[in-house]
Amino acid sequence: MENKDQDRESKPAKTISRRSFIRGAGLSTASSVLLTSNAFALEYKEPLATGKEFGPDAMTIKMKVNGITKSLSVEPRTTLASALRDHLELTGTKVVCDRGSCSACTVYLDGKPVNSCMISAFDVGDKEVTTIEGIAKNGELHPVQEAFIEHDASQCGYCTPGMVMSCVHLVDNTPDPNLEDVKNATRGNLCRCGTYPHVFKATLAAAKKTI
Amino acid sequence: MNKFSWYEAKSVEDALEQVNSTISDELYEPTSKATVFKSGGIDVFDWVKEGLLKPQKIVNIRNIPGLDQISYDRKKGLRIGCNVTLAEIASNPEIKSQYLALHQAVNHAATPQLRNVSTLGGNIAQRNRCWYFRSADHDCFRKGGDRCFARHSETGENENHAILDNGSCVSVHASSIATALMAFNASVVIANAEGKRKTVLMDDFFVSAGEDIAMENILQAKEIITEIILPAPSKNTRSAYIKQVARESYDWSLADVAVVMEVSGNTCKSASIVLGAAAPVPYRSVEAQQAIENKTINSENATAAAEAAMTKARPLAKNDYKVPLFVSTIKQTILEIS
Repeated sequence: MENKDQDRESKPAKTISRRSFIRGAGLSTASSVLLTSNAFALEYKEPLATGKEFGPDAMTIKMKVNGITKSLSVEPRTTLASALRDHLELTGTKVVCDRGSCSACTVYLDGKPVNSCMISAFDVGDKEVTTIEGIAKNGELHPVQEAFIEHDASQCGYCTPGMVMSCVHLVDNTPDPNLEDVKNATRGNLCRCGTYPHVFKATLAAAKKTI
Repeated sequence: MNKFSWYEAKSVEDALEQVNSTISDELYEPTSKATVFKSGGIDVFDWVKEGLLKPQKIVNIRNIPGLDQISYDRKKGLRIGCNVTLAEIASNPEIKSQYLALHQAVNHAATPQLRNVSTLGGNIAQRNRCWYFRSADHDCFRKGGDRCFARHSETGENENHAILDNGSCVSVHASSIATALMAFNASVVIANAEGKRKTVLMDDFFVSAGEDIAMENILQAKEIITEIILPAPSKNTRSAYIKQVARESYDWSLADVAVVMEVSGNTCKSASIVLGAAAPVPYRSVEAQQAIENKTINSENATAAAEAAMTKARPLAKNDYKVPLFVSTIKQTILEIS
């Protein structure tokens, strides 16, 4: 769970999942784009050097994601959400509104929840990114994730990764949160299915377990 | 988003040497050569994603050292650097105890995720949220066009729009934090390319649509907000802030009110009353201030002040609800002081 990329390499899928089918279909285009952009890629050491201009073409940057430093080739206009999803294949982070209004794309930057759709990959610098893929530790779900399953806190699931990120941040940083705290933590997270009551119940239950 | 290059500024002077335009100028008369700056970048990326701003280069001022500090002195007051995030303001204990209305306004602005990224400088400099102004399909006055789509009495969707000073543009200013800042008589420190700093009262920072349709504030291309300064409160200073929204979790303001008063017992000695989401820029209600000054703070006097604030209101086809909403909100905010 923690290291999705490695899992994938060591365990090739025999049945064609929806995700691997989509990835396979786009493979030829994707690899040619990668080769082109890498040919002109520049290296730099994090954080971004000041007094210098970068881009507009893609260049290789280093980004620490879920504890692992990765190299990726991105343009200044590449959002963090796109860097995670399209370049690092961490597709757990969802993009819905793409304007910072729904918080489906929530990730942590140095432990703080942010909208990955509204910041550039170049904004990350030496800050550490945590995505939904980095929440489970050593193959074990976070108590909030377990409680979401137990309390049926997702329907279509599109808001779930962002919702979990907000609730995990609350539970990990607030001793004994109450309902108002949970509502405050999830103020930005929109759920069109209306799973809020179950999300609140799950988070409060998880908070009790972590005391 | 269009392709742009990225310049990582090392100092204010370095950033000002790079930039050659403002978002306002680019929206009014687009060029393909704009270099603009961004801090948190939320509003800038919004415009770029919409395709209305096509910068050649973005100068990142977010990591310039020294612009992310909050300092409070009992005698000198409060200084907030332009790169301080809204979350940092919301969690500052001195701001909560000394500048309650500002604390409340920040706490009701945007979402937790946006507050972790949005900076104070960017918040007050962001452009309005009129959906026609933000739409690439609507060439309104603010973008050098020939009409105001929102004003139209039949087709204009103007329920969120201005009821005061709504002449050439009927948008309302997007920053509800500016409402509170102006009520505290805050000033904006602006640095220019010559290395000079000027300090401008918030009241003079914003530009009415009548003065200049392209601008919402006085910032020119080679100028940058470095700090916001709030005078020190006295022991008799009281403040309150209320924001009305359609959706409780988070939303743009329909009507927000900040009141800062000097009191003697239950009497108002002087009042600073500012309305948000009422006009194209934060609106100081001199009428409400005069009506409550040297009066006892009670329901009757608060109502009189609230009604005085609305005497010049000229609602549009779909927003006349805002008049009673402001009357009750102004009254309620004044009464929070007592």
